[in-house]
Amino acid sequence: MTLADAQPQALNFECETGNYHTFCPISCVAWLYQKIEDSFFLVIGTKTCGYFLQNAMGVMIFAEPRYAMAELEEGDISAQLNDYNELKRLCEQIKRDRNPSVIVFIGTCTTEIIKMDLEGLAPKLESEIGIPIVVARANGLDYAFTQGEDTVLAAMAQRCPTQAPTAEADKEERNAIQKLMNFGRKQEDVKREESEYVDHPPLVMFGSVPDPIVTQLSLELKHQGIKVSGWLPAKRYTELPVIEEGYYVSGVNPFLSRTATTLMRRRKTKLIGSPFPIGPDGTRAWVEKICSVFNIEPKGLEEREAKIWQSVEDYLQLIRGKSVFFMGDNLLEISLARFLIRCGMTCHEIGIPYMDKRYQAAELDFLVKTCQEMGVPVPTIVEKPDNYNQLQRIHELKPDLVITGMAHANPLEARGISTKWSVEFTFAQIHGFGNTRDILELVTRPLRRNGALKDLGWEKLVEEARV
Amino acid sequence: MKLAYWMYAGPAHIGTLRIASSFKNVHAIMHAPLGDDYFNVMRSMLERERDYTPVTTSVVDRHVLARGSQEKVVDNITRKDAEEHPDLIVLTPTCTSSILQEDLQNFVERAQLEAKGDVMLADVNHYRVNELQAADRTLQQIVQFYIAKARKQGNLVTEKTEKPSVNIFGMTTLGFHNNHDATELKRLMSDLGIEVNAIVPAGASVHELKSLPRAWFNLVPYRETGLMAAEYLQQEFNMPYVDITPMGIVETARCIRKIQQVLNAQGANVDYESFIDQQTRFVSQAAWFSRSIDCQNLTGKKAVVFGDNTHAAALTKILSREMGIHVLLAGTYCKYDEAWFREQVSEYCDDVLVSDDNGQIADAIARLEPAAIFGTQMERHVGKRLDIPCGVIAAPIHIQNFPVGYKPFVGYEGSNQIVDLIYNSFTLGMEDHLLEIFGGHDTKEVITKSVSADSDLNWSKDGLAELNRIPGFVRGKVKRNTEKFARDRNITQITAEVLYAAKEAVGA
Repeated sequence: MTLADAQPQALNFECETGNYHTFCPISCVAWLYQKIEDSFFLVIGTKTCGYFLQNAMGVMIFAEPRYAMAELEEGDISAQLNDYNELKRLCEQIKRDRNPSVIVFIGTCTTEIIKMDLEGLAPKLESEIGIPIVVARANGLDYAFTQGEDTVLAAMAQRCPTQAPTAEADKEERNAIQKLMNFGRKQEDVKREESEYVDHPPLVMFGSVPDPIVTQLSLELKHQGIKVSGWLPAKRYTELPVIEEGYYVSGVNPFLSRTATTLMRRRKTKLIGSPFPIGPDGTRAWVEKICSVFNIEPKGLEEREAKIWQSVEDYLQLIRGKSVFFMGDNLLEISLARFLIRCGMTCHEIGIPYMDKRYQAAELDFLVKTCQEMGVPVPTIVEKPDNYNQLQRIHELKPDLVITGMAHANPLEARGISTKWSVEFTFAQIHGFGNTRDILELVTRPLRRNGALKDLGWEKLVEEARV
Repeated sequence: MKLAYWMYAGPAHIGTLRIASSFKNVHAIMHAPLGDDYFNVMRSMLERERDYTPVTTSVVDRHVLARGSQEKVVDNITRKDAEEHPDLIVLTPTCTSSILQEDLQNFVERAQLEAKGDVMLADVNHYRVNELQAADRTLQQIVQFYIAKARKQGNLVTEKTEKPSVNIFGMTTLGFHNNHDATELKRLMSDLGIEVNAIVPAGASVHELKSLPRAWFNLVPYRETGLMAAEYLQQEFNMPYVDITPMGIVETARCIRKIQQVLNAQGANVDYESFIDQQTRFVSQAAWFSRSIDCQNLTGKKAVVFGDNTHAAALTKILSREMGIHVLLAGTYCKYDEAWFREQVSEYCDDVLVSDDNGQIADAIARLEPAAIFGTQMERHVGKRLDIPCGVIAAPIHIQNFPVGYKPFVGYEGSNQIVDLIYNSFTLGMEDHLLEIFGGHDTKEVITKSVSADSDLNWSKDGLAELNRIPGFVRGKVKRNTEKFARDRNITQITAEVLYAAKEAVGA
C-alpha cells in the first residue's frame, strides 16, 4: 500500500445561504409529549406557531394532546398585560384540567424578540403553583426541526436528580423484608441478574426514542454485559435518571449536541463519542465504541451485522449502485448517508441544517471510512443549504433518489425525480440492528413504486419548459 | 394570552400567500424565521401541486435580530427577480416582522429600483386580521396596484365588452373546493350567455388586471374573499357586483335573477326565468329530491351547522328551506363579520353561535345531540367521538377534502353534490342506529381467529408488555411469528428479548 492510498480523502464542507425548508423546532412537542407521559407542553407564541403545529402534526391534534398554545395577543406584545400574571393564569388552568408532573414552556421567536424572561419567570411560578416548569427556547431564529428536542433535553438534563438516596434506602428496606420472607431465595435471583453485567461505571443514554427502541438498544448492550442505568428522557418526568459526576453518557441521535454539552459541562459526565446506532453498521460501531470505553471485548457483533445484511439482501439489490441526494432538514443526514453508502449507494451531496463537527466527529470519520471501503467518492456536506441552488444541482445530476421535505417532494416527482419524504425518518423506528429493514422499507418505497408503474410512460408530468 | 388547542382561521400571512400563489407568475417572499414556510408543505400536500410553490423566505435569524435585515430582504427580492422573472413579488410580513417593525416599505422601494418585475408590500397586520381578512385585503391591494399602474401608463382598458361579461372574484389556492366551483361557475356563465372576462386570482396573470373594467359586472361567490376588490372596482369604475352565493337551488336562482337585473340595467335585455325553471325542475336533481320520499324521511331531523360565513349560511338555508331539516344551531368562526351571518341565518335556525373556540362548539353539539353535523374537520372529529355523522362543508380541511373528482358546491351541479353529502350523512346515522337496536349485522358470536388458541408457551411480563406496544393491526401476526420462533427453538418462556430475536429472524 502506498502512502497516498493511506491518506484518507478529506470531507468537503460547504456553507450556503440558509434558505432552505425545514420544520420549526417547536414541532418537537409532538413526539416529546407522547414520550413523556406525565408532561404538558405549553408553546408560548403566536397564531403562526399554532397553525404550524395544527397542520404539520395532522390528526394528532384531535387526540386531546397534552400540549397547547399560550397565544400571545397584542396586549402581550406591547406589555400592556403582565407576562407573569398571564402565564400564572394559564398554568393554573392546566394544573386544574390535566394535573401534569411537569409543564414545559417552549419559547418561540416572539418570546425571543420581545425578550420575555421565561427562565426568570419559571422558578417563581414553579414555587407558586407547585409543578416543575422546564424552559426550552426552541425557536426558528436559532434552530431547525429536531434541534427542538435538543433544547428540551438540555433543559431536562439540569433537572435529573444527582442521587436518589431516599429511593435507595427504601429499596434496601424492602429487600430486607423480602430476604426474611424468601429466606434468601430472592437474593440469589438478584445476584444472578447483577452478574449478567460487567462491573462498569454507570452509563446513561440520551435521546428520545420510542419505548420499543429503548428496550432493543438496552438489550443490545446487555448482550455485552453493559447496563444502561437510565435514559434521558424517561417515560415519565418523575423517572428522570440519576446523573452523578463521573457517569458516562452516550447519545443515540445526531442532533443532540446541546444536550451532550450540558451533560458534560454542567453535570460533569463523560461523553462516549461514537457513530449513532442507525443501520447495522452504525449499531455495531456504537456498541463497539461503548465496549471499548469499558474495556470489554465485544462478542458476536460481526456475525450479527452480517446476518442482518443478509436478511435485507432483497432490498439492497434495489438500491445498489443508485445515487441519493440529501436536501437536508433534520440532522439525521450524515448517519443515513453513511448507512446508504454502506448499502451500496453513491451520494453526491449531504445537505444538513447544522453540523457539529465535534459531537458528530466519530460519525464523520465513520462516513469517510465507509466511503473508502465501498470505493465511492466522499460526499460534499452542505451546511445551511440553499434549496434553490440545490434544485439546480438536482436537475443537473438527476439522482435516483432525493430525500427531501414535503415542500419539494411533489414538484420533483412531477419532474420525474423520485423522492422520499425526510420527516418519515424522524418518526419511523430506525435505530438498532432490528430496524434495518424499516429504514430500507422507506428508502426503497419510491423505487419499488417505480418498478410497479414502469412502462406506463408518464414519469414526467409537467411541460418541459416548466422544469 | 389565550390558551388555545386549535384554530379555525390561520394567521394573516397565510391569506396573503394564498392570494399571491394563486396568481400565475407571482412570487411571495416572507419576512420570517426558519420554519415559517410550512405554507409550501400545505399547498404541496393538500393541493397535490405539481409546481414548486412560489413562496420563499427572507430568513430572520439572530443576526437580523441584532442588526436588522439591512440588505438581506432587498437582496432576496432582487435575487428572486433575476432567477424566476416573476411579474410581481409580494413581500409578506409575518408575526415576527410585525414586532420587529422594520421599514419593509423602504426595502420594497429600494428593491424596485433594481427589479425588473413589480414589487409590493402586503399591507396586513398579523395582530389585527386573520387569514381570510388578509386574503381579501391582499387581493384588493393587488387589483388596485395594477389598476393604478395601468392608469399611469395609459393602457387601462375601460370600454365594455360587446356581449355581457363578468369577472369572478375570490377563487384561491387552498380554498374549499374552489377549483371545482370555478369550473361550475364558468359553465353557468356560458349557459347564461355571459363571457368570463377574468377569474381572479386563481390562474390569472397580473397583466389581465388592467382589463378588469371591461366586464359588465363582478361576481363574488364567497363572502370571505373578493368583496373588497369588488367594492373598490365599484367605487373606481361604477362597476356593479353580485355577492349572492349561488349555493343551493333557491340561492342559485336568486343569484341569477340578480345578474339578470344588473345586466338589464346596462341594456342587455336578458330573461333567465325559463333557464332557472328548466334547470331547477329537470336538470338539477336537488328540487326533485326535496319532493321524493327519501327526503320526506328527513323532515324534522335535527342538525347543527358550523363553518365559515359562506358555507355555514348556505348550508343552513339549504337544510331548512330546501329539505325541511330542523337546524338547531348555525354557527360561524368569522367573528369579524358576525352581523352579516346573523342576518342571513336567523330565520332558518333556532340559535346562532359565533365563536372561534372549538370547545364551545363541541359542547354545544354534545348538548344538542343532533342527528347530523355539517362542519369543518374539527366538527367531524367531535362527531366521531359522539357517534354523530358529519359532512364537511368548510375549511379547515384535510387532504380528503381536495378530491380529484368533480365536486363543486356552487351552481346546479353543486346542489346535486350537496344533496348527496346531506343524504349520506343522515342515512349513515340511521343505519348505525338501527344496527345498534338490533345488535349488529350478525348476532352470532364471533369465533376466535387466533391460530394458537391455547398455547403451551409462556409469555413473560416484559414480553407481554412489549407485545402490547406493537400496533394492534400487526400484533396478531407478530405474536404468531414469535411463538413459532420460540417453538422451533424449544424456548418455553417468551421474553422481550425473544420477541425481538424473532422479529430479526423473520426480517420484519
